[in-house]
Amino acid sequence: MDSKSASAERLYLPDAVQRAAKILVVGHFAVGKTTLVGTLSEIPPLRTEEGMTQAAAQVDDLRGATGKTTTTVALDFGRLTLSDELVLYLFGTPGQQRFVELWEDLARGSLGALLLVDPARLADTFPVIDLVETYGLEYAVAVNSFDPHSQHAEDELREALDLLPDTPVIFCDARDEKSSARALITLVSHLLAHTA
Amino acid sequence: MTASGEEQQFSSGFVRSYVITGGRGLPDAEDLSLVTLVTLAPESQLPPNPSPEVRKIWDLCSGGYLSVAEVAGHLGLPVGVARLLLQDLNQQGHLLRRKAPPPAQLVSREILEEVLHGLQVRFG
Ligand SMILES: Nc1nc2c(ncn2[C@@H]2O[C@H](COP(=O)(O)OP(=O)(O)OP(=O)(O)O)[C@@H](O)[C@H]2O)c(=O)[nH]1
Ligand SMILES: [Mg+2]
Repeated sequence: MDSKSASAERLYLPDAVQRAAKILVVGHFAVGKTTLVGTLSEIPPLRTEEGMTQAAAQVDDLRGATGKTTTTVALDFGRLTLSDELVLYLFGTPGQQRFVELWEDLARGSLGALLLVDPARLADTFPVIDLVETYGLEYAVAVNSFDPHSQHAEDELREALDLLPDTPVIFCDARDEKSSARALITLVSHLLAHTA
Repeated sequence: MTASGEEQQFSSGFVRSYVITGGRGLPDAEDLSLVTLVTLAPESQLPPNPSPEVRKIWDLCSGGYLSVAEVAGHLGLPVGVARLLLQDLNQQGHLLRRKAPPPAQLVSREILEEVLHGLQVRFG
Protein backbone atom coordinates (compact mmCIF):
# COMPACT_ATOMS: atom_id res chain seq x y z
CA MET A 1 0.00 0.00 0.00
CA ASP A 2 1.38 3.38 -0.96
CA SER A 3 1.09 5.48 2.17
CA LYS A 4 2.07 8.61 0.27
CA SER A 5 -0.90 8.65 -2.09
CA ALA A 6 -3.58 11.27 -1.59
CA SER A 7 -6.25 8.78 -0.60
CA ALA A 8 -3.94 7.09 1.89
CA GLU A 9 -3.15 10.45 3.43
CA ARG A 10 -6.85 10.99 3.98
CA LEU A 11 -7.31 7.48 5.29
CA TYR A 12 -4.53 7.48 7.90
CA LEU A 13 -3.73 9.81 10.74
CA PRO A 14 -0.55 11.92 10.66
CA ASP A 15 2.42 9.89 11.92
CA ALA A 16 2.98 12.35 14.76
CA VAL A 17 -0.51 11.85 16.20
CA GLN A 18 -0.24 10.94 19.87
CA ARG A 19 -3.66 11.30 21.37
CA ALA A 20 -7.26 10.57 20.55
CA ALA A 21 -10.27 12.20 22.20
CA LYS A 22 -13.87 11.06 21.95
CA ILE A 23 -17.20 12.87 22.11
CA LEU A 24 -20.56 11.12 21.97
CA VAL A 25 -23.42 12.40 19.82
CA VAL A 26 -26.53 11.08 21.54
CA GLY A 27 -30.27 11.34 21.11
CA HIS A 28 -33.41 9.35 20.46
CA PHE A 29 -34.32 7.52 17.26
CA ALA A 30 -33.98 9.53 14.02
CA VAL A 31 -33.06 12.79 15.72
CA GLY A 32 -30.09 13.45 13.42
CA LYS A 33 -27.09 11.77 15.09
CA THR A 34 -25.75 10.15 11.93
CA THR A 35 -26.34 13.33 9.98
CA LEU A 36 -24.37 15.48 12.43
CA VAL A 37 -21.46 13.04 12.57
CA GLY A 38 -21.34 12.93 8.76
CA THR A 39 -21.54 16.71 8.46
CA LEU A 40 -18.51 17.25 10.67
CA SER A 41 -16.32 14.24 9.83
CA GLU A 42 -13.24 14.64 7.62
CA ILE A 43 -13.52 11.03 6.45
CA PRO A 44 -16.63 9.36 5.04
CA PRO A 45 -18.40 8.28 8.23
CA LEU A 46 -17.76 4.68 9.18
CA ARG A 47 -20.04 2.14 10.73
CA THR A 48 -19.27 -0.81 12.91
CA GLU A 49 -21.15 -3.01 15.34
CA GLU A 50 -20.93 -3.66 19.03
CA GLY A 51 -22.46 -6.68 20.72
CA MET A 52 -25.65 -6.32 22.71
CA THR A 53 -26.02 -6.86 26.43
CA GLN A 54 -26.69 -10.25 27.90
CA ALA A 55 -29.80 -8.92 29.62
CA ALA A 56 -31.30 -7.66 26.39
CA ALA A 57 -30.48 -10.95 24.65
CA GLN A 58 -32.39 -12.77 27.36
CA VAL A 59 -35.31 -10.41 26.98
CA ASP A 60 -35.35 -11.23 23.28
CA ASP A 61 -35.29 -14.94 24.12
CA LEU A 62 -38.28 -14.49 26.40
CA ARG A 63 -40.08 -12.74 23.61
CA GLY A 64 -39.71 -15.92 21.62
CA ALA A 65 -36.97 -14.81 19.27
CA THR A 66 -34.67 -17.60 18.09
CA GLY A 67 -32.56 -19.15 20.83
CA LYS A 68 -28.89 -18.52 20.18
CA THR A 69 -28.80 -15.53 17.89
CA THR A 70 -27.36 -12.31 19.14
CA THR A 71 -28.18 -8.73 18.27
CA THR A 72 -25.78 -5.92 17.67
CA VAL A 73 -25.97 -2.18 17.71
CA ALA A 74 -24.66 -0.16 14.80
CA LEU A 75 -22.35 2.69 15.68
CA ASP A 76 -21.62 5.54 13.30
CA PHE A 77 -18.51 7.51 13.82
CA GLY A 78 -16.44 10.21 12.21
CA ARG A 79 -13.05 11.78 12.67
CA LEU A 80 -11.59 15.27 12.99
CA THR A 81 -7.82 15.68 13.04
CA LEU A 82 -7.37 18.77 15.19
CA SER A 83 -3.60 19.12 15.18
CA ASP A 84 -0.50 17.15 14.18
CA GLU A 85 -0.80 15.22 17.37
CA LEU A 86 -4.48 15.24 18.40
CA VAL A 87 -7.49 13.58 16.78
CA LEU A 88 -11.14 13.78 17.83
CA TYR A 89 -13.68 11.03 17.17
CA LEU A 90 -17.44 11.58 17.19
CA PHE A 91 -19.60 8.56 17.95
CA GLY A 92 -23.30 8.57 17.12
CA THR A 93 -24.74 6.58 19.98
CA PRO A 94 -28.21 5.04 20.21
CA GLY A 95 -30.23 6.20 23.19
CA GLN A 96 -31.88 2.96 24.23
CA GLN A 97 -31.70 1.96 27.87
CA ARG A 98 -31.09 -1.64 26.97
CA PHE A 99 -27.65 -1.17 25.42
CA VAL A 100 -25.90 -0.92 28.76
CA GLU A 101 -22.59 -2.58 27.90
CA LEU A 102 -22.31 -0.49 24.80
CA TRP A 103 -22.80 2.67 26.81
CA GLU A 104 -20.16 1.65 29.32
CA ASP A 105 -17.70 1.11 26.52
CA LEU A 106 -18.58 4.32 24.75
CA ALA A 107 -18.72 6.53 27.82
CA ARG A 108 -15.33 5.37 29.09
CA GLY A 109 -12.81 8.05 28.16
CA SER A 110 -15.37 10.38 26.54
CA LEU A 111 -14.94 14.11 27.01
CA GLY A 112 -18.72 14.58 27.07
CA ALA A 113 -21.88 14.28 25.01
CA LEU A 114 -23.77 16.43 22.55
CA LEU A 115 -27.45 15.66 23.17
CA LEU A 116 -29.62 16.13 20.09
CA VAL A 117 -33.22 17.01 20.83
CA ASP A 118 -36.23 17.29 18.54
CA PRO A 119 -38.59 19.73 20.29
CA ALA A 120 -41.60 17.95 18.78
CA ARG A 121 -40.61 14.71 20.52
CA LEU A 122 -39.38 15.88 23.90
CA ALA A 123 -40.64 12.83 25.78
CA ASP A 124 -38.27 10.63 23.77
CA THR A 125 -35.34 12.61 25.14
CA PHE A 126 -35.94 11.84 28.85
CA PRO A 127 -34.50 8.31 28.80
CA VAL A 128 -31.48 9.58 26.89
CA ILE A 129 -30.82 12.23 29.53
CA ASP A 130 -31.10 9.50 32.17
CA LEU A 131 -28.43 7.48 30.38
CA VAL A 132 -26.08 10.41 29.93
CA GLU A 133 -26.39 11.29 33.60
CA THR A 134 -26.04 7.65 34.70
CA TYR A 135 -22.67 7.50 33.00
CA GLY A 136 -21.56 10.81 34.48
CA LEU A 137 -21.20 12.56 31.14
CA GLU A 138 -21.37 16.33 30.94
CA TYR A 139 -23.50 17.47 28.03
CA ALA A 140 -24.88 20.32 25.99
CA VAL A 141 -28.29 20.28 24.29
CA ALA A 142 -28.45 20.83 20.53
CA VAL A 143 -32.04 21.47 19.44
CA ASN A 144 -32.44 19.98 16.01
CA SER A 145 -35.54 21.71 14.76
CA PHE A 146 -37.16 19.74 11.97
CA ASP A 147 -40.09 22.08 11.56
CA PRO A 148 -38.87 25.49 10.42
CA HIS A 149 -42.20 27.06 11.39
CA SER A 150 -42.19 25.89 14.98
CA GLN A 151 -41.00 28.40 17.51
CA HIS A 152 -39.66 26.79 20.64
CA ALA A 153 -38.52 29.15 23.29
CA GLU A 154 -35.35 28.17 25.06
CA ASP A 155 -36.80 28.60 28.53
CA GLU A 156 -39.74 26.32 27.71
CA LEU A 157 -37.30 23.62 26.59
CA ARG A 158 -35.17 24.08 29.68
CA GLU A 159 -38.15 23.68 31.91
CA ALA A 160 -39.57 20.71 30.01
CA LEU A 161 -36.21 18.90 30.10
CA ASP A 162 -35.43 20.05 33.64
CA LEU A 163 -31.96 21.23 32.67
CA LEU A 164 -29.42 22.72 35.05
CA PRO A 165 -29.10 26.48 34.60
CA ASP A 166 -25.61 26.26 33.15
CA THR A 167 -26.35 23.44 30.66
CA PRO A 168 -25.99 25.07 27.24
CA VAL A 169 -28.91 24.96 24.81
CA ILE A 170 -28.15 25.73 21.20
CA PHE A 171 -30.33 25.57 18.10
CA CYS A 172 -28.74 23.67 15.25
CA ASP A 173 -29.25 22.11 11.85
CA ALA A 174 -27.36 18.82 11.71
CA ARG A 175 -27.10 19.09 7.92
CA ASP A 176 -25.18 22.35 8.13
CA GLU A 177 -21.47 22.31 8.90
CA LYS A 178 -21.21 25.75 10.51
CA SER A 179 -24.25 25.15 12.63
CA SER A 180 -23.12 21.69 13.75
CA ALA A 181 -19.61 22.97 14.48
CA ARG A 182 -21.06 25.75 16.59
CA ALA A 183 -22.96 23.19 18.66
CA LEU A 184 -19.81 21.12 19.18
CA ILE A 185 -17.76 24.16 20.13
CA THR A 186 -20.46 25.18 22.62
CA LEU A 187 -20.23 21.75 24.20
CA VAL A 188 -16.44 21.80 24.50
CA SER A 189 -16.47 25.32 25.98
CA HIS A 190 -18.96 24.07 28.54
CA LEU A 191 -16.79 21.03 29.35
CA LEU A 192 -13.83 23.32 29.85
CA ALA A 193 -15.79 25.54 32.22
CA HIS A 194 -16.61 22.39 34.23
CA THR A 195 -13.05 21.11 34.53
CA ALA A 196 -10.78 22.24 37.30
CA MET B 1 -27.87 -1.17 6.90
CA THR B 2 -31.14 -1.47 8.76
CA ALA B 3 -34.19 0.72 8.64
CA SER B 4 -33.70 2.02 12.14
CA GLY B 5 -29.94 2.07 11.85
CA GLU B 6 -29.71 1.04 15.45
CA GLU B 7 -30.33 -2.61 15.81
CA GLN B 8 -30.32 -5.69 13.68
CA GLN B 9 -30.47 -9.44 13.88
CA PHE B 10 -26.98 -10.68 13.38
CA SER B 11 -27.11 -14.47 13.32
CA SER B 12 -25.15 -14.98 10.08
CA GLY B 13 -22.59 -12.38 11.11
CA PHE B 14 -22.29 -14.10 14.45
CA VAL B 15 -21.33 -17.38 12.81
CA ARG B 16 -18.80 -15.54 10.66
CA SER B 17 -17.27 -13.84 13.68
CA TYR B 18 -17.04 -17.14 15.48
CA VAL B 19 -15.07 -18.68 12.63
CA ILE B 20 -12.65 -15.76 12.32
CA THR B 21 -11.76 -15.77 15.99
CA GLY B 22 -11.41 -19.54 16.20
CA GLY B 23 -14.22 -19.71 18.71
CA ARG B 24 -12.36 -17.86 21.44
CA GLY B 25 -14.11 -15.40 23.66
CA LEU B 26 -14.01 -11.75 22.70
CA PRO B 27 -11.48 -9.70 24.65
CA ASP B 28 -12.30 -6.93 27.02
CA ALA B 29 -12.53 -3.34 25.88
CA GLU B 30 -9.87 -2.18 28.33
CA ASP B 31 -6.58 -2.35 26.46
CA LEU B 32 -7.85 -1.74 22.93
CA SER B 33 -10.50 0.93 23.39
CA LEU B 34 -12.52 2.23 20.43
CA VAL B 35 -10.15 5.17 20.06
CA THR B 36 -6.84 3.50 20.86
CA LEU B 37 -4.59 4.34 17.89
CA VAL B 38 -2.78 1.40 16.33
CA THR B 39 -0.44 0.60 13.46
CA LEU B 40 1.89 -2.24 12.47
CA ALA B 41 5.45 -2.05 13.76
CA PRO B 42 7.87 -1.29 10.93
CA GLU B 43 9.41 -4.35 9.28
CA SER B 44 6.84 -6.74 10.72
CA GLN B 45 6.71 -10.01 8.80
CA LEU B 46 3.31 -11.38 7.82
CA PRO B 47 2.92 -14.74 9.62
CA PRO B 48 2.81 -17.81 7.34
CA ASN B 49 -0.59 -18.99 6.11
CA PRO B 50 -2.56 -15.95 7.21
CA SER B 51 -6.35 -16.19 7.18
CA PRO B 52 -8.03 -13.73 4.81
CA GLU B 53 -8.95 -11.53 7.80
CA VAL B 54 -5.38 -11.49 9.11
CA ARG B 55 -4.14 -10.55 5.65
CA LYS B 56 -6.69 -7.74 5.39
CA ILE B 57 -5.96 -6.29 8.80
CA TRP B 58 -2.25 -6.54 8.02
CA ASP B 59 -2.65 -4.57 4.79
CA LEU B 60 -4.85 -1.94 6.43
CA CYS B 61 -2.69 -1.44 9.51
CA SER B 62 0.61 -1.29 7.63
CA GLY B 63 -0.27 2.11 6.12
CA GLY B 64 -0.30 4.28 9.24
CA TYR B 65 -2.15 4.98 12.48
CA LEU B 66 -5.90 4.37 12.76
CA SER B 67 -8.25 3.96 15.72
CA VAL B 68 -9.50 0.49 16.66
CA ALA B 69 -13.00 1.64 15.60
CA GLU B 70 -11.69 2.65 12.16
CA VAL B 71 -9.95 -0.71 11.73
CA ALA B 72 -13.27 -2.43 12.46
CA GLY B 73 -15.21 -0.05 10.20
CA HIS B 74 -12.86 -0.41 7.22
CA LEU B 75 -12.76 -4.19 7.52
CA GLY B 76 -16.53 -4.50 7.99
CA LEU B 77 -16.03 -6.38 11.26
CA PRO B 78 -17.73 -5.97 14.64
CA VAL B 79 -15.47 -4.08 17.06
CA GLY B 80 -15.00 -7.14 19.29
CA VAL B 81 -13.65 -9.21 16.41
CA ALA B 82 -11.30 -6.48 15.18
CA ARG B 83 -10.07 -6.16 18.75
CA LEU B 84 -9.30 -9.85 18.94
CA LEU B 85 -7.33 -9.81 15.68
CA LEU B 86 -5.41 -6.74 16.90
CA GLN B 87 -4.72 -8.41 20.21
CA ASP B 88 -3.13 -11.33 18.35
CA LEU B 89 -0.92 -8.93 16.39
CA ASN B 90 -0.01 -7.27 19.66
CA GLN B 91 0.94 -10.54 21.31
CA GLN B 92 3.11 -11.39 18.32
CA GLY B 93 4.90 -8.07 18.81
CA HIS B 94 3.65 -6.55 15.55
CA LEU B 95 1.45 -3.79 16.90
CA LEU B 96 2.34 -0.24 17.95
CA ARG B 97 -0.21 1.53 20.15
CA ARG B 98 -0.62 5.10 21.30
CA LYS B 99 -1.68 5.43 24.90
CA ALA B 100 -5.44 5.16 25.42
CA PRO B 101 -7.23 8.31 26.64
CA PRO B 102 -7.82 8.64 30.37
CA PRO B 103 -11.23 7.81 31.87
CA ALA B 104 -13.75 10.66 31.87
CA GLN B 105 -13.07 11.70 35.47
CA LEU B 106 -9.46 12.36 34.58
CA VAL B 107 -10.01 14.44 31.45
CA SER B 108 -7.58 17.29 31.71
CA ARG B 109 -8.11 20.96 30.96
CA GLU B 110 -5.20 20.71 28.62
CA ILE B 111 -6.86 18.26 26.25
CA LEU B 112 -10.15 20.21 26.31
CA GLU B 113 -8.25 23.40 25.50
CA GLU B 114 -6.53 21.67 22.60
CA VAL B 115 -9.83 20.29 21.29
CA LEU B 116 -11.50 23.69 21.58
CA HIS B 117 -8.61 25.44 19.87
CA GLY B 118 -8.52 22.82 17.10
CA LEU B 119 -12.27 23.18 16.45
CA GLN B 120 -12.07 26.97 16.40
CA VAL B 121 -9.20 26.91 13.93
CA ARG B 122 -10.94 24.39 11.72
CA PHE B 123 -14.41 25.90 11.66
CA GLY B 124 -13.40 29.53 12.21
N1 LIG C 1 -34.90 19.33 8.85
C1 LIG C 1 -33.89 18.65 9.39
N2 LIG C 1 -33.76 17.33 9.10
C2 LIG C 1 -32.74 16.65 9.63
C3 LIG C 1 -31.80 17.28 10.51
N3 LIG C 1 -30.92 16.34 10.94
C4 LIG C 1 -31.28 15.18 10.36
N4 LIG C 1 -32.36 15.35 9.56
C5 LIG C 1 -33.04 14.29 8.79
O1 LIG C 1 -33.67 13.41 9.72
C6 LIG C 1 -33.55 12.04 9.32
C7 LIG C 1 -32.91 11.21 10.40
O2 LIG C 1 -31.57 11.63 10.60
P1 LIG C 1 -30.43 10.63 11.07
O3 LIG C 1 -29.16 11.42 11.07
O4 LIG C 1 -30.45 9.36 10.31
O5 LIG C 1 -30.90 10.35 12.55
P2 LIG C 1 -30.25 9.33 13.61
O6 LIG C 1 -30.41 9.97 14.94
O7 LIG C 1 -28.90 8.91 13.20
O8 LIG C 1 -31.27 8.13 13.46
P3 LIG C 1 -31.14 6.63 14.06
O9 LIG C 1 -29.70 6.25 13.97
O10 LIG C 1 -32.02 5.82 13.18
O11 LIG C 1 -31.66 6.73 15.45
C8 LIG C 1 -32.76 12.08 8.02
O12 LIG C 1 -33.67 12.00 6.97
C9 LIG C 1 -32.07 13.42 8.04
O13 LIG C 1 -31.82 13.92 6.75
C10 LIG C 1 -31.98 18.67 10.78
O14 LIG C 1 -31.21 19.29 11.52
N5 LIG C 1 -33.02 19.30 10.20
MG1 LIG D 1 -28.14 6.95 13.00
